[in-house]
Amino acid sequence: MTATIEAAGVTKRFGKAAALDGLDLEAEHGQVTAILGPNGAGKTTFVRAVATLHEIDEGSLRVNGHDVTREAAKVRRTIGLAGQYAAIEPAMTGRENLEMVARLFGQGRRAARQNTAVVLETLDLTEAADRRARTYSGGMRRKLDLGASLVGSPKLLLLDEPTTGVDPRSRLELWDAVRALVAQGTDVLLTTQYLEEADHLADRIVIIDRGRAVAAGTPAELKGRIGGSVIEVHVRAQDDVPVAANALEMLEPGRVNVDESTRRVSMGVDGEADRLTLAMRSLADASVAIDDISLRQPTLDEVFLALTGRTPDDEAEAA
Amino acid sequence: MGSGIVTSTLVVARRALLKFIRTPQLVVFGSVQMVLFLVIFRYVFGGAIGTASGISYVNFLVPGFIATGVLFVGAGVSVGVAEDMEQGFIDRLRSLPIPRASVLIGRFLADTATLVWSLALGVAAGFLVGFRLNGSVLDALAAFGLCIVFGCAVGWLFLCLGMFAGNAQAAQAVGFLVIPLAFISSAYVPAETMPSWMRVVAEHSPVTYMVDAARSLTLGPDAASALGHPAGFFVIRALAWAAAFVLIFAPLTVARFKRA
Repeated sequence: MTATIEAAGVTKRFGKAAALDGLDLEAEHGQVTAILGPNGAGKTTFVRAVATLHEIDEGSLRVNGHDVTREAAKVRRTIGLAGQYAAIEPAMTGRENLEMVARLFGQGRRAARQNTAVVLETLDLTEAADRRARTYSGGMRRKLDLGASLVGSPKLLLLDEPTTGVDPRSRLELWDAVRALVAQGTDVLLTTQYLEEADHLADRIVIIDRGRAVAAGTPAELKGRIGGSVIEVHVRAQDDVPVAANALEMLEPGRVNVDESTRRVSMGVDGEADRLTLAMRSLADASVAIDDISLRQPTLDEVFLALTGRTPDDEAEAA
Repeated sequence: MGSGIVTSTLVVARRALLKFIRTPQLVVFGSVQMVLFLVIFRYVFGGAIGTASGISYVNFLVPGFIATGVLFVGAGVSVGVAEDMEQGFIDRLRSLPIPRASVLIGRFLADTATLVWSLALGVAAGFLVGFRLNGSVLDALAAFGLCIVFGCAVGWLFLCLGMFAGNAQAAQAVGFLVIPLAFISSAYVPAETMPSWMRVVAEHSPVTYMVDAARSLTLGPDAASALGHPAGFFVIRALAWAAAFVLIFAPLTVARFKRA
């Protein structure tokens, strides 16, 4: 069986700047693949190349077994795209929007109507279906946009930052919708800036930076490399910051980061909850007064730091 | 799989028309604005503007008004297409299994329909404010048809501008180009009264050829003596300009669309 996406050495330049600089990536059938990276890493450019919206300059890119350059029309029959903006027509109702896209996928009127009804139901939009989309909330527009990418029953769904700028409740609803699709056998490629999102949805995460893949693996594998979670301590007094850092360093040598300016000390840990208890105990033993202590998921910055030795911000400055 | 060129073109056109009909700003812009300006020119400025040639101002104005109306409709087109680019609608269409030409052709059909609607309203308003034909009805229909053809041709310029602008605000700014194009011509006042440098521009403007073509077709024999040439002179030049607009801007638009 061929892979959903096979990218080898994909390069795409805009003028002199390379948005994709020899990207290698493979996505398998039956999986959700997440592309994780900071702004400007090339996530959107890659999705657009997969969707045949950009021609690539070098390398090879095959989608569902078809070459994106030579067999673009075949690729388009197998994909559904939901971009960063809700590309729906606000002057039309939700139903009209979906029926329009279904018709463009070559469905007859009746089939378009039926498939639209199913998608509206799946996304919990049936009630609002006959209202014009301009009356929809931001979250509903995103859902309708997702619906538009689904109504053609694509093999591969491309979601470019599906939840950026979406409120937390709508985000959870969108996640549910994506999971439901995957359960029905749709392959998904999504991009995100949120590790949490990739962790929730993806079977495989590819971290990209400056147009190249810098790491890939299952969420568990990647987390294994950076530590499953992070303990973060907000120290009350500036003088205590190095003391707290020392106390934590004894628990997890080499995995402690200090931010003097905000009096925050953080430490990667391997998931066991007793680490938090141990950390609190050793801080108490060192008589460090703290404002706050928390156990949380690593941020994208921390993933980057662990994998590349730099934060995305350093990248931006260096570039 | 994927819809054919006819279906996809019609679906794309239908959406653009629904957007026009159901968006109050667009309907108002495309319909009421034209009538309003006609009333203002006819009654506010009209009394102060004399035409030396023995043609009444209202008869002078209305053909010019309809002919330049295509520019204002066109400005709306470029904002519309820029919005579609900005909001990812064009991307969505380009990612679908449809002939890509249908995206542009569908848009073009819908824009032509709104153009016909706006100009027809303008003509009706023209008769209401006192315009009267001096030529044959057939010539008048030819004038209307010529305005539509010219409008479709100029439409490629605006489609192109909208695509390159890429967002609605920029397209709106570029749309101001319409003001000098429309006003530095013989559309609203005879070019003779302009300073000499501007007069040169006005007399060679494609808009002036189009306006004078519409005038000579609707005003009969009076026009030929006032304008200095028979109708055919202006019609041929207006059509030549229309062809030039299509030849220059249609390929540019298509190229931009492919690359986007």
